[in-house]
Order: sequence, then structure tokens, then C-alpha cells
Amino acid sequence: MFRDALLVAGKDLRIELRSRIGVNQILPFAFLVLLLFAFALDPDSGVLDRATPGLFWLAVLFSALLAIQRAFAIEAADGNRDGLRLSGLDPAGIYLGKMTAIFTQLAVLELVLGIGVLVLYSSHVTGWALMVATCVAATAGIAAAGTLYGVVAAGLRVRETLLPLLLLPVLSPVLIGSVRAFEAARNGNPGEGWPWVGLLAVFAVAYTIFGAFGFGPLLEES
Amino acid sequence: MEPVVHLRSAVSLLGRFPALAGVDLDVMAGEIVLLQGPNGAGKTTLLRTLAGLVPVVSGTAVVLGVDLCRDRRSIRPRVGLLGHATMLYDELTVADNVRFWARAARASPGDAEAAMGALGLDGRLQDVVVAKLSTGQRRRASIAVMVARRPELWLLDEPHAGLDGDARDVVDGLVRQAAASGATVVVASHELDRARHLAGRTATIVGGVIAGSETGAQTEVHHVP
Repeated sequence: MFRDALLVAGKDLRIELRSRIGVNQILPFAFLVLLLFAFALDPDSGVLDRATPGLFWLAVLFSALLAIQRAFAIEAADGNRDGLRLSGLDPAGIYLGKMTAIFTQLAVLELVLGIGVLVLYSSHVTGWALMVATCVAATAGIAAAGTLYGVVAAGLRVRETLLPLLLLPVLSPVLIGSVRAFEAARNGNPGEGWPWVGLLAVFAVAYTIFGAFGFGPLLEES
Repeated sequence: MEPVVHLRSAVSLLGRFPALAGVDLDVMAGEIVLLQGPNGAGKTTLLRTLAGLVPVVSGTAVVLGVDLCRDRRSIRPRVGLLGHATMLYDELTVADNVRFWARAARASPGDAEAAMGALGLDGRLQDVVVAKLSTGQRRRASIAVMVARRPELWLLDEPHAGLDGDARDVVDGLVRQAAASGATVVVASHELDRARHLAGRTATIVGGVIAGSETGAQTEVHHVP
């Protein structure tokens, strides 16, 4: 299973490196979202500063939708989904591989976006350990649930519009948990943030287990 | 000797439509069978059924000793399907594609290199991304993927489509070589002259049933309901 996961993750990441969709489209989209928030909220009133954790994670979630759709669009082209079914790859391995590739892309996006937030919003950062742990747990949760719902939507004709409707409500605990943990880190109260990281970790583990078992039947139906 | 493919009254649905309406077919190990018939007769569905991609809803279907009515998944790695779609990733090079699918099928790296060499995809061509290939080159890459997986049952849907004369000869040579080494081949084709030279037997499918089969000078006509 892990061998298959590495194989699929390597393939997906190689495709993204070659196509540069992440660099040329998803990353600029995320920055655009941040920029529009900055225009919409008056920086001088302090609203932007207080809302920064929420805006950061909203930008990540919207960008994640693009990355997840992209991860399954490459399988929809030219019969590749049949290729995966015929390949002999363990469905759980395919799930973990695609999840790993999405996780990696989102982690890079968050790093760059984080720098963008510091520059654009003139934010200050404390509680680095809590923020890093939040990013890891929240990103794993987004990737785990996103991969599962991605294959559900992949088999439908209206997948482009349906995926956000399916996925965003499911990811609301991730949004709430990650924003609360970031706020605790920014306010210098990391003790208040760690329980939220625990919630995010439970979400990620639960969806990873659920996805590893459920991906095979969903791939068959897609 | 047990047949590699054994179908009796096999029915497969595409949606609610019975694309296979009771197929009877036996194919022995090492045999090359040509499947002919008009458009929409069920050739592609039959190949996809044999590959375990389309479920058999009634009748008997045993492929490579596996009952497809109970288990469609376990035969898939043992089957090579060359369909209308190339099953290639546009952004990857030819070599990336062939190596990826070969590794997925637990084939050796040498199998991938040998398959690319056999299809004339060695040298500079293997480092070209698939999106930049011509139709014929894509088809050759797709065949190389199938060959690299070393399947026991070859299912070829219009294998000569888009290929030039030399490439067609290469494909025919690979098919004969595979059959000689014990693999079983089912070819669906509209290019009957070439395919008949390749195949030892021709089965005609009409309206989702095998209407007749022909081996050399012998012709057998089945009752079509």
C-alpha cells in the first residue's frame, strides 16, 4: 500500500511540476483572494489584523478546491481512471498517494501565502510551534477529506460546481479549529490553541482511515 | 485444458441497455481471436467486460480462472486493455508514463525499456511529453504501456488505428510473439484483411451476441434470437 502511495504521489507531483498549474494559477488565485480581502476590509481600523487568521484559512480552503479538482481532472483525461482501475494498484495506496500530493502542494502554498500575509497585512506572529502544528494537522484534514470527496465528485458531470458544495461544509470544523488555534498563537495564549490542534488531528486521522477504506468502491463508481 | 475466456449467456449492461445480450465465447491459451461486427454491436463492451471493467449481470463469465460475476478486480492486473483512450498523462514524458504503469503492474524496469524499444520509442522520443506527440506516436506509447505490463490476456480495440504501415507490422509482430509465448489475444477491428491474417479465428458479434465464428475454411453460424 505505501509503495503504491509513493508511486502515485510521485506521479501527481511530477505532473504538477511539469504543468506549473499550481505556480501559475492556484498560487496567484490565493494571493488575489488575500488582496481582495485587504481591499474590502479597512487595514487602519484594525479589522484586517483581527480577521487575518480567518482570511488566511479561507484563502487556503478556496485554493484547496482548485488543487483537489486538478488532482482528479488529470485522471479524468483520456481514460486514466480506467488505467488506475486496471493497474493493480491498491485503492488505499492510490488514495494515500493523491492525498500526499495534495498535502504537499497545500503545504507549499501555505508557506508562500503566510509570507504574503506578513507582508500584505503587516501581521505579527508569535507561537510558531502552535502555528506549524496547526498547519500540518489542518492541511492533512483538508487533503484527506478533499481526496475522498474529490473522487465522489469526479464521476459526476457537474463535478466543477458540486465539489465546493460537498466539501466546504465538511471542512467547516477544519476552518473553525485552525482559525481558533491561529488566534491563540497570535494572542500569546498557545495553551488555548493546542486543544484545537487535537481536534484537527482527530479530523485528519478519521478521514484518512475512512478514505483508505472507502476510496476503492468510490473509484469503481466514478 | 480450461479456456482462458469462458462466457456462457453473459449479459452486461450499459446503463439500462443490455450491451451484451447473452454472449457465448471460449478462447484458449495462446489463441488470437478477431472480434468483428458493426458499430454498436458490443465489441468494445465485450473487451471491457473481459477486462473486469463492466460487470456481468447474468450468465457465466470466467476469465483466467476468475469468476467475473464474483470478483472483477483480481484479474485486472493480469489483463492488458488497449482501448480508444490512450490512458496516458499528457504532462508526463513517454518514459514517465511507461515506467509509471509498468511499476504499478509490478513489472521490472527492464520490461518498460524493452517495450519502448520494441515500439520505436527509445532515444529522444521517450523524453518528449505526451501532449506534444502525434496521434500515431501516442498510440505507440499506449501500446508500449500495455506491453510493459506483460499481461496474460491482451484485449485490443482497433490496435492499428492511427498507425502507419511499419508500426502496424510492429504491433502485429508483438501480438504474434505474445501469443507464441502463451498469452491470449482478443482483437476487435474493422480492418478485417490485416486482422484476419493475424487471428486464428474470427468471431462475429451482432446486437450483443456472438452470431458466428470462423476458423480458416470452417464457418459456424450461431442462432441469433
